[in-house]
Amino acid sequence: MSGGVDSAVATARAVEAGHDVVGVHLALSRMPGTLRTGSRGCCTIEDSLDARRAAEKLGIPFYVWDFSERFRADVVDDFIAEYAAGRTPNPCMRCNERIKFAAVLEKALALGFDAVATGHYAHIVTDAAGNRELHRASDEAKDQSYVLGVLTTEQLAHAMFPLGTTPSKAVVRAEAEARGLTVAQKPDSHDICFIPDGDTRGWLADRIPPAEGAIVDRDGTPVGSHDGATSFTVGQRRGLNLGVPAPDGRPRFVLEVRPSSNEVVVGPREALAIRELAGHRFTWAGLDPVASGITRADPEAASADPAAPDALLPFDCHVQVRAHADPVPAVARVRDGELVVEVSEPLLGVAPGQTAVLYVGTRVLGQCTIDRTVAADLVDAH
Amino acid sequence: MIYLDHAATSPMPGVVREAYLAALELQGNPSSIHSAGQRARAMVDGARVRIAATLGVEAIEVTFTGGGTEAVNLAVKGMFWARNASAPSPGGARAAGSGDARPRPRLLVPRAEHHATLDAVEWLAQHEGAELHWLEVDELGALRLDRLAEALGDGSDVALLTMLAANNEVGTVQPVAQAAALAAAVGVPVHVDAIAAYGQVRLDPLPHGVSAVSISAHKVGGPVGVGALVLRRTAEVVPLLHGGSQQRGRSGTMDAAGAAAFAVAAELAHAELDERSEHKRALRDRLAEGIRRSVPQAVLSGAAGRLDDDALALPGTLHFTVPGAEGDSLLMLLDAAGFAVSTGSACQAGVPEPSHVLLAMGLSEADARGALRVTLGPATTVDEIDALLAALPAAVERAQSAGLAAQVPRLGR
Repeated sequence: MSGGVDSAVATARAVEAGHDVVGVHLALSRMPGTLRTGSRGCCTIEDSLDARRAAEKLGIPFYVWDFSERFRADVVDDFIAEYAAGRTPNPCMRCNERIKFAAVLEKALALGFDAVATGHYAHIVTDAAGNRELHRASDEAKDQSYVLGVLTTEQLAHAMFPLGTTPSKAVVRAEAEARGLTVAQKPDSHDICFIPDGDTRGWLADRIPPAEGAIVDRDGTPVGSHDGATSFTVGQRRGLNLGVPAPDGRPRFVLEVRPSSNEVVVGPREALAIRELAGHRFTWAGLDPVASGITRADPEAASADPAAPDALLPFDCHVQVRAHADPVPAVARVRDGELVVEVSEPLLGVAPGQTAVLYVGTRVLGQCTIDRTVAADLVDAH
Repeated sequence: MIYLDHAATSPMPGVVREAYLAALELQGNPSSIHSAGQRARAMVDGARVRIAATLGVEAIEVTFTGGGTEAVNLAVKGMFWARNASAPSPGGARAAGSGDARPRPRLLVPRAEHHATLDAVEWLAQHEGAELHWLEVDELGALRLDRLAEALGDGSDVALLTMLAANNEVGTVQPVAQAAALAAAVGVPVHVDAIAAYGQVRLDPLPHGVSAVSISAHKVGGPVGVGALVLRRTAEVVPLLHGGSQQRGRSGTMDAAGAAAFAVAAELAHAELDERSEHKRALRDRLAEGIRRSVPQAVLSGAAGRLDDDALALPGTLHFTVPGAEGDSLLMLLDAAGFAVSTGSACQAGVPEPSHVLLAMGLSEADARGALRVTLGPATTVDEIDALLAALPAAVERAQSAGLAAQVPRLGR
């Protein structure tokens, strides 16, 4: 219970469904602020009081669980390390993967609970054989299945999303109002919860000492300089302040950040488009694609190593690379321990460190953290 | 619900509630001149006399406050300021503003004090030029007198020593008389935070050298928001609150009903102190023995765990740590089983932090996390203790397995 309206209503529905529910608010900082500021929706004392009042209204016990150390190590430090490595992480995803449906779930299971319920907009469907599938929420505008794509079969088995089939957020707010929950009109939260003022660049600059370096084009020719490579993201156009104009006079974009050489690589917009992405850290949400009847093992590419993941024949799916990006048609396969996804149309703004979530219809099939991409124009060139 | 958290707040006995309700019927501000005011004044002053009697002091030495925290702040800050305002500075003028050098900047503070003291002295250090001299405690949580003697020196630059009468977490009774004698020998005044000890052990007569004592009503069955600072005739404080100068060292309309209810609760606690102590000590020992038998991995903290010197332990406090478990898990599981207990330490937004008291006693941060405090009241029964003992092993087992899950994460890796 973050103190927001979604988790309050999700809790109310879990209670009403007859479950034995205990409200838990996560303390993710040892030094919480007193008042909510800006568009944050968690982590201050005011938010914990909002959550406590909601639990009191619902007549359930309420506790604050301190996961500040785990959160720092697994989410905040990971976020900094990923940026320092020139990658673009999603901390909400990491929090679901390592805190909410790992540390919290494990503690809850050990204490005798059966599941962790949250106010996420996603839908769990159980098939005839009792297998659980993760699906998009009914309200596509609020759908959060992307940030839950990291959940494994075991984590899904102990997850509940009571808001998943709600037609819209307005319905949730109206329900909160009707139930007398004081958070009914509380604003939505947007920013990263541990960056209070929303200035991610400034926050990172305080933690990753910026060093001046070169901005180069794709041939390695220097075209300018920067104050710190980690403050750039793939796809960025503004703030480059290039001294040398592009030969064709067209705007240039960040194509790549190379922390090892402290270089930022720029090029034309079309060079941002990728045709293929791949990552070796991948998981399946629920039954894997073979058990789901979506594809078959690839006997020719099978590894001799029995511990390696099976190679899988290509299969059709959709891939989504950001929380609010449109899914695009793709063909995925597993080869040499890597999930490789080929998109049917060039995709913009994809950076290593982002998570690619695979969908079949509304179902989340699985995900990988993107290690590498192949530019569309390079594929065409070869 | 079986209530075993009397150190947090102790339920109001019926006789106190009746006196409180009756007092609330009374009209009149104790500072008003008319008869109604005089009746209210008589109620406050009567309460003052009765509170004074429980500590063997005079009525003028009792100043009612809005609770224990205010009493501690008034004593610590007020005495620090008074000691630094009245002392002649080297040039012969009197030090006044915070910009001047303080003639007696040092504050002697044991490491295991309550947060009311810790936060007040930290504030004085940050804003008023106080120099904090932290005093070590031993493995039971008692102030080390050798360290105090060293720290006092010739006393010339020491504003005051502030110390607990008994520790609020582990219940260890402090060597107040010996400490006050050491301080008095070099002219250093002593404030005693007796909030956890008052009504649990006899404090009368106050040892020589004690200048001020803080007490709180709701820890002895009185109302919340009522406390008192006992300030000996020879002691001086600079007030925290400025206004109508209604009491010695404190402005603000006096809470006649609160004072009256406090006095009834305090008198009752002292009239029954011996029998209550005997009753609680027997139950505490039964609980300690039961824990040794059924939860052998638990480590009893402080003097109460030793059972060989009752003078060193509050009779109604049993504190222990469970290796590998988190106190908040234990608390939650016992809450679900119908028991109100505590982890003993201060909470920020409901988050239990590793107790500074246990750390000061030499425990590791990991061990300090597994703390649980059970505090008994006059109405606690054998059946309640036995019920807790029956519920404890299962709660400990679950809390330990949850603690293990936290140390060796499996999911999400």
